[in-house]
Amino acid sequence: MIVCMANSILSPLGMTTAENYAAVKAGRSALRLYEGLWDLPEPFVASLMDREKVEDAFAAWADNRKYTFFEKMIILSAKKALEQTDIDPTSDKVLFILSTTKGNVFLLDERETGFPQERVLLGAAARQMTEFFHNPNTPIVVSNACISGVCAQIEAMRNLENGCFDYVVVVGCDVQSAFIVSGFQSFKALSTEPCKPFDANRTGLNLGDAAATIIYTKKDKVNENEWVACRGAIRNDANHISGPSRTGEGSYRALKVALGEVKPEQIAFINAHGTATLYNDEMESVAIERAGLSQVTVNGLKGYYGHTMGAAGVLETILSMCAVDDNNILATKGYETMGVTHPLVLSNQNQPTSKRAFIKLLSGFGGCNAALLMAKGGEPC
Amino acid sequence: MLKVYINPETVMINGKALEHKEKGSALLTEVYRTYVGDYPKFFKMDTLSKLGFVASELLLQAEGKPRFEPCEDRAVVLFNCCASLQADTAYQATIQDPEHFFPSPAAFVYTLPNIVTGEIAIRNKYFGETSFMVLPERDPQIMAQQLQNAFLDPMTTSILGGWLDCSDESHFEAELFIIKSLNFKSLNL
Repeated sequence: MIVCMANSILSPLGMTTAENYAAVKAGRSALRLYEGLWDLPEPFVASLMDREKVEDAFAAWADNRKYTFFEKMIILSAKKALEQTDIDPTSDKVLFILSTTKGNVFLLDERETGFPQERVLLGAAARQMTEFFHNPNTPIVVSNACISGVCAQIEAMRNLENGCFDYVVVVGCDVQSAFIVSGFQSFKALSTEPCKPFDANRTGLNLGDAAATIIYTKKDKVNENEWVACRGAIRNDANHISGPSRTGEGSYRALKVALGEVKPEQIAFINAHGTATLYNDEMESVAIERAGLSQVTVNGLKGYYGHTMGAAGVLETILSMCAVDDNNILATKGYETMGVTHPLVLSNQNQPTSKRAFIKLLSGFGGCNAALLMAKGGEPC
Repeated sequence: MLKVYINPETVMINGKALEHKEKGSALLTEVYRTYVGDYPKFFKMDTLSKLGFVASELLLQAEGKPRFEPCEDRAVVLFNCCASLQADTAYQATIQDPEHFFPSPAAFVYTLPNIVTGEIAIRNKYFGETSFMVLPERDPQIMAQQLQNAFLDPMTTSILGGWLDCSDESHFEAELFIIKSLNFKSLNL
């Protein structure tokens, strides 16, 4: 079975997983209004890191000037997870997989001169991380839009399953910039207030900075407290490159494969993508109903962090593991009134649960969708 | 194994060169007009998607099976080194000058490398897995490993996969193939 050995989260809500979980459980959100940032003409709401805090944490053991903010985030996140294990990252049995959509894209701005242009290449940024840890393997960057974080975990599972490596370090990260914010603004996808996933009055998404890491390994036997990545699937809507399918085609199919023979009653919750755009949330409600899961509680975490893009799949999987460990289903912050046509079980309050499995669901541009079933102790994989 | 190779000067199907007049991005348009012609969405695409689109069309025409039948057993798994660099550069140009700040949603949507996997899925009604992986450089061993891993999906029986890279409108390379789980061992990247 593929087992989670360690994890870490770096976000505006905290520099460790424990800090992040405590903040989310207490209902704190990092979403703020930014005006005039990065010379953008329109204000926007986002969840952004205090960059000095990252530099302070980084300064203890590396030269801040050598790395971009994005690279510091991925190195710091991986380091914090690796420190919880006795893994030797210099071994060729350790693979690094980076999940990101835009990496160092800010380097394309002509005014950015501090770093070589080639670092805009995702592989070059990933290599900064593997070189930092003296890891001899070629890093793989999974870049499947907003589903990258779950895809990267699926790639990790497969690399372990096939015996290619003994350990896989999955790092998900994106950091916001004028490039990304203006792009989503041009799509009219950004809300001018904190987002409201699945709510009748939802007005769009917010963006966020975060880095999150999960380290996976393969074990024959697991104990009841270990988290097992059971099954994941990636499916396409085959419908539109920037609009989700009205029939929830790809998400429905991904859910079906991830669920397998597992009964809906065995699932504590589905941690949905829940971006709070009109179309995404509606599509997810269709897909969840088609998959026979409309009785399962659904939650979404974008009201705390915004959409953290390449980090989202990793970040939200970790927080969902923490929640199950705490017998808790996290509240969907920002949600008030059912706003999708296929009603879901949703709450803006934390709810108790004694179940030990959850599904992480994501969808993204390019018509891609991914679902991952995680179970504590390996039951009911 | 079926294979299509395209660079700014060459188009080859199973090692046989295709005759053409144009070079660079005009070559992609020429291939589209000569061999496809019925998919005007082609003209909206970024160079990476145009390249992936015409390469996959030539490949699937050579495969000779009935086209456009919905399926979930064929995955699209592509690799490159430059991600969506050409589209990224084009989009950056729309926001670089604060005096002429016109971010374009049509340009922004292509600033993700996996959009081309979606374009191929839409054209062919592929509901299966679509995936894009970026590497620091072309690494046949890693690519072969990840393609083999893709067959661990319970439904995937064939993959339209390979190398699809584009740094700007006049620098690109595609090497796409169709592999089946059975003939995987013969894969020579």
